[in-house]
Amino acid sequence: MRNVRFTVLALLVAAATFAAARLIDNAYVFFAGYVVLQYIVLATAWNILGGYTGYVNFGTAAFFALGAYTTVVLHKTVLVLPLPAMMLVGGVISGVIGLGMGYLTLRLRGTFFSIATLAMAVVAQTLITNWNFVGGSRGAYIIRPSDSPIFSGDYIQYLFVVMLLLSVISVSIARAIQHSRLGYGFSAIRDDELAAEASGVPTLKLKLIATTLSGGLMGMAGAPLPYYVTYLDPASGFSLSYAVNTIAMPLIGGTATWLGPVIGAVLLGTLQQVATVTISSALSLLLVGLLLVGFVIAAPKGIVGWFTR
Amino acid sequence: MDLSLDLLGNALVSGLLLGGFYAAVTIGVSISFGMLDIVNIAHPAFIILGSYTAYIANSVFGFDPILASIVLLPAFYLLGVAMYHVYDVSFERRGDASIRGLAFFFGILFITEVTLVLVFGVDYRLVDAPYVGPSLHFGVIDLPLRLLVPFLVSMALIGSLQLFMSYTFIGRAIQAVAQDPMALRLMAANPSRIKRIAFGLSIASASIAGAILIIIQPVEPSIARDYIGRIFAICVMGGLGSFSGTVVAAMILGVMESLTSTFYGPSWSPAVAFGFLLITLAVRPSGLFGRS
Amino acid sequence: MSDALLTVAGLGKHFGGFVALSDVQLQVAEGERLGLIGPNGSGKSTLVNCLCGTLRNDTGQVTFSGHKLNGLSAHQRTRLGMARSFQLPRPFPTLTLAENVRVPILYAADVKPGRVVTNPRQRCEELLDMVGLLPKADRKPADLTQIEMRKLELARAMASEPRLLIADEAMAGLSHQEVDDILALLMKLSAQGVTIIMIEHIMRAVLAFSQRLVVLVAGRKIADGTPQDVVRQPDVVAAYLGS
Repeated sequence: MRNVRFTVLALLVAAATFAAARLIDNAYVFFAGYVVLQYIVLATAWNILGGYTGYVNFGTAAFFALGAYTTVVLHKTVLVLPLPAMMLVGGVISGVIGLGMGYLTLRLRGTFFSIATLAMAVVAQTLITNWNFVGGSRGAYIIRPSDSPIFSGDYIQYLFVVMLLLSVISVSIARAIQHSRLGYGFSAIRDDELAAEASGVPTLKLKLIATTLSGGLMGMAGAPLPYYVTYLDPASGFSLSYAVNTIAMPLIGGTATWLGPVIGAVLLGTLQQVATVTISSALSLLLVGLLLVGFVIAAPKGIVGWFTR
Repeated sequence: MDLSLDLLGNALVSGLLLGGFYAAVTIGVSISFGMLDIVNIAHPAFIILGSYTAYIANSVFGFDPILASIVLLPAFYLLGVAMYHVYDVSFERRGDASIRGLAFFFGILFITEVTLVLVFGVDYRLVDAPYVGPSLHFGVIDLPLRLLVPFLVSMALIGSLQLFMSYTFIGRAIQAVAQDPMALRLMAANPSRIKRIAFGLSIASASIAGAILIIIQPVEPSIARDYIGRIFAICVMGGLGSFSGTVVAAMILGVMESLTSTFYGPSWSPAVAFGFLLITLAVRPSGLFGRS
Repeated sequence: MSDALLTVAGLGKHFGGFVALSDVQLQVAEGERLGLIGPNGSGKSTLVNCLCGTLRNDTGQVTFSGHKLNGLSAHQRTRLGMARSFQLPRPFPTLTLAENVRVPILYAADVKPGRVVTNPRQRCEELLDMVGLLPKADRKPADLTQIEMRKLELARAMASEPRLLIADEAMAGLSHQEVDDILALLMKLSAQGVTIIMIEHIMRAVLAFSQRLVVLVAGRKIADGTPQDVVRQPDVVAAYLGS
């Protein structure tokens, strides 16, 4: 019941956000807003595995780019699916990859899982770079439709709305987990895996649920990317900045709750959008790195930690 | 037939030489990750930093890159000592080394890379030395000095580290830390200090590894990432912390990459290391030579 | 035979060339209070870990209330009704005491066939009250003293509603009075019908508690009988006094 109420509330916030963006009536707002929303989804998805169960995923870019390239493949084959259906396919593919990765490495210590995710990102990038059908290293061009299919407005407004809904879904899932039986199991795993097993927690199964869910949501967040950028190449799809941002945002916001990644994504996402325009994109990335290191050293509980206790 | 045999022979030889170089790149992580259990994924960034310091010494001052990297060892050692100090105070002593410690090193990796991009741009840099161009020839086998010199430097580096670990008090203490920190405390040695020294050595090795890297191939900031997978694949395969295991694993990987690159094309070779790492983790996480 | 809750047959475990356990036979009857003693390194902890599924035994079979346990993971064994407390307490540090106890309620007690924990919150309070930690229900484990930590460990083990409780050195390092506290607690659980295996160095506590005593030395069971008989057995005396 509380979950339904939360989702309704989140939808209202989303509707207000969209209404405000329409009022400003500037395409840049939608372009910039889309990126911030995309990071809310990525940071929330990362936190379900990293924050709740304590397994650090460095391979965000891989899950994200797999979703994006799924869309490229679907777009190039005869099927022209509506975007939400493509996102579902991208989500399923990334989720299955997450499950496979987890199955291979989650029996080991957590650090091996982290190293393996780094490795997987490069393997996936190498495969895509060598796959000519999706453009190989030259990249792929996707034509963005001009109008939104469901309401009057630009297609970018449609992408904005789709990402807005996906963030509502992701945040609702993360919050529901936090207060559920699954959430207790995840916390137990993060705190002490041996004691969790002794308490009846099926640790491997729960970790697989977390990697699948987390990977799936990342894939869904990546699926609309080709329509947003209209030109996608492996170097930009697999960019390390996705991985850094998705780790920095929850750690800066606070990893213990659903709220931390959202705060981190909104702050850091907005900051970068502003800094990229006003300073330079390289400097804004440097800022993210410095903030990440600063926060993990000085504020281990993140921004949320400043207000609790 | 003859042609492909020649190719095979050359691929094997350059693979072995390349593997020797990979061993130098990995030895630092064999110390930090293998012995101290510190997952320093930023290590490749320090290697690239080593490449750039060798590059500056070479292009601006005209020094030999390898000589320069040896002169710079103390600076890299101190950098490592400082890094360990921050890590120790912020994470190890708080008993919070897992998530935040990993994120810390990931942040350092990223900061180093972006800073190098800001200072030097994304152009490829290379060094000039008498051994960069010529090759020795033995029948159909070519031995490019560009690979042979790094190989010899790498073996010398690892050999001296091995001697240090086996025959000095500090070296033995580092090995004791790897086995059992409590036992070391009973020996009245301070594990924190020993680990600081070991971590300093680990980062110092990046100076030499960086110099021989830029002799082998032109360097730009983001190639650090290509080495993360290689380094950890070799380290895990080699059985975490065993120097001889590291050398053998590095050579196996070097040969496999060289064969892949010769027969399938260089764009596939990054995947070899990572594929190997995934398989090792899945099948034999204790390494090829590790205890079970 | 039919009334044995736990049967250990021919259990063996080695680490590399080191034989930790060799051909251990053991039966524990429903409701029994068993003491398990042995010098350091005799294999007590390895035995506990093999029983609970933290380690896999190399040879032999463990049968618990009719279920063969080989191949079952630790959480499956906990769900069958086997609980343990850890020698060094391992609480969940970021969870409150109430939440610590809630994990096994949700994951072990609530999944038992025919058992539904209708009010987990109330059940948490009952368990914390049983060990006297109810006033600290909303605190984190870091705020606890040594003995409180042991009590939390026992409350969490009991939260899975076990038929067999393995208390692994639940009293090590505690004061005389505190040992009596834990002892009274274990006796209370025994009176409620829980079968208990106590692994302990404190002979006073073991002798006061156990109906039967088993001695492990160098991975082998060398004695099994009433406490009075066992402590007079020459090889037991030799093992303890170093003959």
